[in-house]
Amino acid sequence: MLIFEKSRPGRGICALPGNDVPAVLPSQKDLRETKLHLPELSEVELSRHYTELAKKSHGVNDGFYPLGSCTMKYNPRINEEMAGLPQFTEIHPLQPAHTVQGCLEVLKTAERYLCEITGMDAMTLQPAAGAHGEFTGLLLIKAYHESRGDKARTKIIVPDSAHGTNPASAAMAGYSVVSIPSREDGCVDLDKLREAVGPDTAGLMLTNPNTVGLFDKNILEITEIIHSCGGLCYYDGANLNAVMGVVRPGDMGFDVIHLNLHKTFSTPHGGGGPGSGPVGCKAELAQFLPSYRVAEGEELSLYKAENSIGEVKSFYGNFLVVVRALTYMMTLGKEGIPEASKNAVLNANYMMNQLKDLYTMAYDEVCMHEFVMTLDPLKNETGISAMDIAKGLLDFGIHPPTMYFPLIVHEALMVEPTETESKETMDYAISVFRDLYEKAHQDPEALHMAPVTTPVTRMDEVGAARNPVLRYKFD
Amino acid sequence: MEFRAELKYSQDHEWVKEEDGVVTIGISDFAQSQLGDLVYVNLPEVGDEVVVGESFGDVESVKAVSEVLSPVTGVVCEINEEILDAPESINEAAFDAWFIKVKDVTEYDELMNAEEYEAFCAK
Repeated sequence: MLIFEKSRPGRGICALPGNDVPAVLPSQKDLRETKLHLPELSEVELSRHYTELAKKSHGVNDGFYPLGSCTMKYNPRINEEMAGLPQFTEIHPLQPAHTVQGCLEVLKTAERYLCEITGMDAMTLQPAAGAHGEFTGLLLIKAYHESRGDKARTKIIVPDSAHGTNPASAAMAGYSVVSIPSREDGCVDLDKLREAVGPDTAGLMLTNPNTVGLFDKNILEITEIIHSCGGLCYYDGANLNAVMGVVRPGDMGFDVIHLNLHKTFSTPHGGGGPGSGPVGCKAELAQFLPSYRVAEGEELSLYKAENSIGEVKSFYGNFLVVVRALTYMMTLGKEGIPEASKNAVLNANYMMNQLKDLYTMAYDEVCMHEFVMTLDPLKNETGISAMDIAKGLLDFGIHPPTMYFPLIVHEALMVEPTETESKETMDYAISVFRDLYEKAHQDPEALHMAPVTTPVTRMDEVGAARNPVLRYKFD
Repeated sequence: MEFRAELKYSQDHEWVKEEDGVVTIGISDFAQSQLGDLVYVNLPEVGDEVVVGESFGDVESVKAVSEVLSPVTGVVCEINEEILDAPESINEAAFDAWFIKVKDVTEYDELMNAEEYEAFCAK
């Protein structure tokens, strides 16, 4: 039931404190002509409404959430504790720098640690999420080429296994996208890449490990091919959780990178975040980074670089998300960071090996932090699709893996357990996967109906997409 | 699964029909079955140029958005506005729900006949 349906005229909450500043009312011409539709509920009704919604949802605190490529790891409580400190929350973005030295130190330290982990020379914390970071990174690449007077570079190369945001960000930045097919093994086809590059190549966007969970062993050759034709290499940090503290994108030959603090660095994710997508770059690109960088010195201060591409978000990005990520990095330390990645890889390989006798793996080899299975054979045999298995998992308190991605694998399910899950949790998920496989053969009709125990059962996704109802219709 | 004998097919699963110098293009029954229920279609405008192997539009299902690659090079002379409002018609009858008509065709992709295409899909 929507909050508007629970509304009754005249009900309300007196939770607002009295006004302690002079009241200033907008002029008559700025006033609304019709009354704003605000729900009217008592405090207890409001409280119950949101508790009810919370009970209907599934988060990392409810159960296993192996959503591939999203790194739904546990977000430690200490992050919240640090982000709740009044010294970080009771400040104003326009406060004089000398009164917020601690906050600036948080920004500076986070930049330094993230640069160390990625092998970059400079970092901006401004972008609000991954795709925003991609867009920012591409603007850096554009600014770099234009600063050299090279206006012929109009194309960005993106492998066909890439995240959909990559070509979208490139198009947003004014580039045309050249899609190159992957090889059978899911890695970049070097011959096709060589054919695609030229004096019009602005750069390449790539994630490594790639979207099928494999580390592209030709990475040095790939970045060399791009550099030798004058392009730059962009690293999509979506899969950094597999390699942080183990191998650095900067050492692989990447010039620009974005990170998802809300994936790899344990800040809240899903339901709107907010996210944070820092962008790092090599020294020659640092002059173009978005504004408000922290300057070193006796006293820390903020400055706008002369050749900056400008601001991509107000002020300093989602500052409290950075506080959480910094807390995470300081909690783990330089030994803990690579250990987290190694455990993420170990967990994914454990699950893959416990399932591969029943489920067909798209790439049957040692994977990184996630693995992709294809349910094509099961679907042909039983009619049970990736969607049906995903829905079936919901009845056992498990969030579905990523479905139908990457596009190069048919009936794909992409599983990313992350390092924060125990062997018991994974063993439970493995047993559920195996039971569902049996059920697909014995009672496929029942599985087509799943889920049946959740607050809402099988949704009409096609109907919702074809005839979306996007707002409540008031009388 | 239907494979219409009078049509030609591309490796990217478009069907092609030529009549009096005008080429009609749609996606095959196999393609719609692989994509699943379509919920949105994006088409070029009349007068736009299409190029062999390059995207001229896209189709969106609840699974994913996929590009539709042109099997010919030429100029769009008509688009099927009906499928914009009713993408489900592609699922219902892929060979009737054409996407675009192209004139001034200068280049064709390598196309298969129905038999060859059926074998191609079975691979």
